[in-house]
Amino acid sequence: MAHLAHQPVGGAVDAPPTVIPLASPTPVLAVDALCKRFGPDLEVLSAVTLSVSRGESVAVIGANGSGKSTLLRCCVRLIEPSAGRVRILDTDVTAARRRVLRRVRQRVGFVFQRHNLVPRLSVLSNVIHGAMGRTGALAWHQGAASPAMRGEAMHCLERVGLAELARRRADQLSGGQSQRVAIARALMQRPEVVLADEPVASLDPSAGAEVMDLFARLMRDEAVTVVFTTHNLEHARQHAGRVVALRGGRVSFDLETARVPFDALGDLYAR
Amino acid sequence: MRAEPARSGPPAPGRFVRPSALSFALWVGAAALLLWSLQTAELSLSRLVNGLPQMARLLGEMMPPATSRLENIAETLLDTFRMALVGTLFGVLLSLPLAVAAARGLSPARPVYYLARALITFFRTVPDLVWAIFFVVTVGLGPFAGVLTLTVDTMGYCGRFFAEAMEEVDTGPQEALRTAGSGRAGVIIGAVIPSALPSMIASSLFALEQATRSSVILGLVGAGGIGIELKASMDMFEYDQAATIIIAIFILVAGVERVSSALRARLI
Ligand SMILES: Nc1ncnc2c1ncn2[C@@H]1O[C@H](COP(=O)(O)OP(=O)(O)OP(=O)(O)O)[C@@H](O)[C@H]1O
Ligand SMILES: [Mg+2]
Repeated sequence: MAHLAHQPVGGAVDAPPTVIPLASPTPVLAVDALCKRFGPDLEVLSAVTLSVSRGESVAVIGANGSGKSTLLRCCVRLIEPSAGRVRILDTDVTAARRRVLRRVRQRVGFVFQRHNLVPRLSVLSNVIHGAMGRTGALAWHQGAASPAMRGEAMHCLERVGLAELARRRADQLSGGQSQRVAIARALMQRPEVVLADEPVASLDPSAGAEVMDLFARLMRDEAVTVVFTTHNLEHARQHAGRVVALRGGRVSFDLETARVPFDALGDLYAR
Repeated sequence: MRAEPARSGPPAPGRFVRPSALSFALWVGAAALLLWSLQTAELSLSRLVNGLPQMARLLGEMMPPATSRLENIAETLLDTFRMALVGTLFGVLLSLPLAVAAARGLSPARPVYYLARALITFFRTVPDLVWAIFFVVTVGLGPFAGVLTLTVDTMGYCGRFFAEAMEEVDTGPQEALRTAGSGRAGVIIGAVIPSALPSMIASSLFALEQATRSSVILGLVGAGGIGIELKASMDMFEYDQAATIIIAIFILVAGVERVSSALRARLI
């Protein structure tokens, strides 16, 4: 049976093909027949095709090992794809040389499951790091940053509700606070697209819901295009306009959230 | 009722493992080498015993240590320490780029990595007195040759340990900065060095201790420092002066070690 992107596959998922909104003709993120192999017989992504329009929020779901993280990482070439194309904001990422790649990465925020803050630096310094793509190594420490940059970083911190912790060292934060700072760092990038790989998976349920709400609201306010992966179907249902399901490295379905049969996803997670 | 403890398990392995022929041969070879080496040292109990009165006489002549040139000695001692400090400082500063080049994952290219590693090994394995003689011949007698020697010495030590510290830090933050469009310099300055800093400061303090110890003997080959004074006093049979210099050296080295370990303790 052929697995076609944008088409429901499998008996459990019984919905008509998704209609991709035509409002914005050139997608912000376009993944075309992306393949990733780790070694000759370990194909983690098989011809994944996906298109995300400006302002959309897309959730990527799927079992452990289905290739969600690999997909997001291939988009900014934290992992080199084996075949296929990725275009972000009119740049062919897969073909980009180092300079061009850096320029694209500046415009794409990435939020990791682990916050990945520099532990011995202050919260403010960590947020300012988001500007490093623009300003170069100068933004390594808040003390070296310009007043304008410090002001902008404080604004980003304010938006995640942590302005009063600006001077605190990053290794003295709770998990939820750390992840908020990571979001502030992504905001500091002034991103047009944000990719988030299980951004709240390391948080307890209530902190997770809180941070996820905050994240989704900020992205909506800024009209940032978002792709996030999650195992929490509730988060996908609440915060995504579209849900893409991966199974064994292939797109299993790609549907508007309203049409996703959340109660019948057993197949997706079956071994 | 309590369960009976098991009386015996499976048989224990033998107490000794019979060595293989090869390892037996290696042991015999090592023992032979040791005996042969002991021979070259011309061990002679009689010479040691006959030397005892001479040692006693020398110690006697050292007592009491001379105080006539205290001021002069203190000044030379301070010069020696300044030499160690400057040499360490230059060494630490030069070790930073060297260590980046020698750290896996940060080095810009494979050949650069191997070259940096080779350079560090070379700096470390050639003894400091050899460096001192080399620099005395090339830049002339005096403390400048000493500073260069200590710089090279420090690079051999700090280059290695800085590189290790940089390799060991968590790569997550580095990845985050790279993903945000930061270049290599930004990643190193923003994520690697802040995380590796405590370990790097500890290494630098060790390097300073090492340099202080070295600096007192560099004078023996004319590379500046208090060593030359010690040699002169000995050569002119002013053993009481020599005693004062030895005590001064002890105070300096012990003092630097104390301060350095106190600082290191505060870091951790
Ligand atoms: N560097 C690598 N080398 C070899 N295999 C890898 C590598 N990275 C990932 N994989 C494999 O690729 C598959 C997909 O991994 P990936 O992390 O993308 O899954 P995921 O959907 O994000 O899973 P999870 O829900 O657990 O985060 C897994 O089987 C994993 O073992
Ligand atoms: Mg994952």
